[in-house]
Amino acid sequence: MKKFISILLTLLLTLSLFTACSSKTEEPAKEEPTAEKPAEATGVLPAIAKEDIKIGVIHIGNPADGSGYTFAHDQGIVGMQKALGLDDSQIIRKNNVNDTDPTATETAILECIEEGANIIFGTSWGYMDTMEALAEEYPEVIFSHGTGYKGNDANFNNYFGRIYQARYLSGIAAGLKTKSNLIGYVAAMGQDNSEVTGGINAFAMGVNSVNPDAKVYVKVTNSWFSPEEETNAAKALLAEGCDVIAQHCDTPNPQLEAEKAGAFGIGYNSDMSKDAPKATLTSAVWDWSAYYTWAVEQAINGTWTGENYYGGMKEGLVDIAPLNESIVAEGTAEAIEAARASILDGSFNVFDGVIETNDGKTVGEEGKTLDDATITNDIKWYYKTVTVK
Amino acid sequence: MSEKMKRTKEPLIRTVKIAERSKRETMKLRVIAFAMALLAGGLFILLIGFSPIELYGTIISGAFRSKMAIQATVKFMIPLLISSLGVTLAFKMRFWNIGAEGQIIMGAICSSYFALFHSDWPHALLLAAMFAAGFVGGGLWGLLPAYFKSKFETNETLFTLMLNYIALHIISFLRDGPWKDPGSSGFPKIARFEANAQIDKVLGVQFGWIIAILLVIVVYVYLKYTKHGYEISVVGESQSTAKYAGMNVKKIILRTMILSGGIAGITGMIQSAGSDMTLASSVAGGVGFTAIIVAWLANLNPVSILWVSFLFSVLEKGSSVMQSTYGISTYSAAVLQGIILFFILGCEFFIRYRFIVRGKGGVRQ
Repeated sequence: MKKFISILLTLLLTLSLFTACSSKTEEPAKEEPTAEKPAEATGVLPAIAKEDIKIGVIHIGNPADGSGYTFAHDQGIVGMQKALGLDDSQIIRKNNVNDTDPTATETAILECIEEGANIIFGTSWGYMDTMEALAEEYPEVIFSHGTGYKGNDANFNNYFGRIYQARYLSGIAAGLKTKSNLIGYVAAMGQDNSEVTGGINAFAMGVNSVNPDAKVYVKVTNSWFSPEEETNAAKALLAEGCDVIAQHCDTPNPQLEAEKAGAFGIGYNSDMSKDAPKATLTSAVWDWSAYYTWAVEQAINGTWTGENYYGGMKEGLVDIAPLNESIVAEGTAEAIEAARASILDGSFNVFDGVIETNDGKTVGEEGKTLDDATITNDIKWYYKTVTVK
Repeated sequence: MSEKMKRTKEPLIRTVKIAERSKRETMKLRVIAFAMALLAGGLFILLIGFSPIELYGTIISGAFRSKMAIQATVKFMIPLLISSLGVTLAFKMRFWNIGAEGQIIMGAICSSYFALFHSDWPHALLLAAMFAAGFVGGGLWGLLPAYFKSKFETNETLFTLMLNYIALHIISFLRDGPWKDPGSSGFPKIARFEANAQIDKVLGVQFGWIIAILLVIVVYVYLKYTKHGYEISVVGESQSTAKYAGMNVKKIILRTMILSGGIAGITGMIQSAGSDMTLASSVAGGVGFTAIIVAWLANLNPVSILWVSFLFSVLEKGSSVMQSTYGISTYSAAVLQGIILFFILGCEFFIRYRFIVRGKGGVRQ
């Protein structure tokens, strides 16, 4: 009997070796630029036929988590796949790739390239330097990096979006809802982080546009993802008397705390009324498929230029989740629609004109709006109604 | 009454150390263990709904299917191999150095200083300085617990372990403060090394692999054919014997720990300048602990270490391909690796010990 088992196992092992050898023939597809179709001069790389497209996605988390950052990005990939009609085999996912580990990042990306990927999307900030270096080493592969600031105007670009537009709209919902005129905001990073601080300001301006008496209290967690800190921050803000809790952090915990306290909230990343149906008025959400679809289309059409992408509501990249009709204040939908229309037609850009800060100074000039470089890097002041707690 | 007492005293199963097993028997046990590992892993794979044969095939093909795959496998192997050689020196001496992790980090930190602030030096000189700095950084970090051990009889297991965490936090300190990349617009990170401070590639892989193979030979010769090596093994067998033979035990411990830590420090230099291209908090990334397993599995033999670390790298690289090919979660892949390791390590126990079950009926005298 023992002998029989050992023979069986040996066979199994040998078999597995055989399968290994047989699949060895899968040579990595070489991306020799097959310049059959001379691309319409606008692109810097030759067009890639749709069936030859292969996309590598580097995720910091796991899409199976079901909500939050990685989930939102992966929904974007799924949306792009559907929109363009790509096959499952054309998408390679590398999950749980630690973005503070350059070797792990490089290994994951190289495995995608080895399997024939010609477009790599890296969704987390820390992948940036590794992608920059690999872009130089593999000039025929497109490297597209989310949330960073580097690019080479050829095969390496950066993508991000005007989430502040959505935050402005969500501020309207919060401003109309609050009774105590105190609104809490759980922020991942402090004043020096332009992305977070700009978001807070846009939100506070949205609040102010419908409710000039309301104040925004901010509590900083100093972490993008810290479930416990986010809960504690929300609790502290509720204790201060805030009755609407907005957030710029990864988990829905602030929404859950608001619901527990009988207060309301504004979610982020994905529609958090799924998590807190009795509290979440709406959420500032990303629809990454808008970018992913656009980017892959550029590659297919041969119009890829390697420009950095900074899309907004007009491109469909950012928006607010459908209003939670049973709990939003009366007139919310109308007020938001009016603001949305002005953003979409370009007559309003959120950071317009002279803006008063909370330390008594002003920013901006009459008749002008802050430029994109300032919005992405240099908003290091708070709007006049903001107080850090 | 007295007999009853005796009865309860003998445990149901006792473990007995085996003097020596024949090579054949040992080999047989290892093959059985490997087969059982594959079988248990296969059951797990079936449970999560995949075909075991296909997945095992993917692990192997994932590690070898192309030139790039083989290069990546070798890349995994370099730090593991070098740091295993480092801890081997200490273990031969029965000095429980579980601080390779920290020694790797200190080596990386010291060499990164030159990479970040002297990148204008001539390439060869710069790399040589980084190499020496790596050795010195790791060596001093290894010397510290050895000094306290020889002076105050401190517990080296705890001492080396704790130094790991200190080293890790030094990286965070440098990243958030003095070595923060000025061009990172407020985000905490250390700049990427300039090309001049990066280790060159030979056959598509950083030349750390050549250093690793050279070190295998050096450590092998050092342990087997030099007076130092002989002293290490005598101290390992019995410090009293060593003292009786007139050896300076303290000196041997200090010297060996500098070497052990220094080799780990070289790992840090090679990993940061050849693979990470920056000083990352993940520069050791658990390699210092895996090295302990590798060293013992290889019976502290440098040549066996070469093979064992190779097998570990195949498993590591193959699992990574398996994950993305079949959409298996990282956690499942980790479970699978754990199952395989469990059997292989468990087997070592059966090679050295056997069970004696309490006889039925009477009490054995």
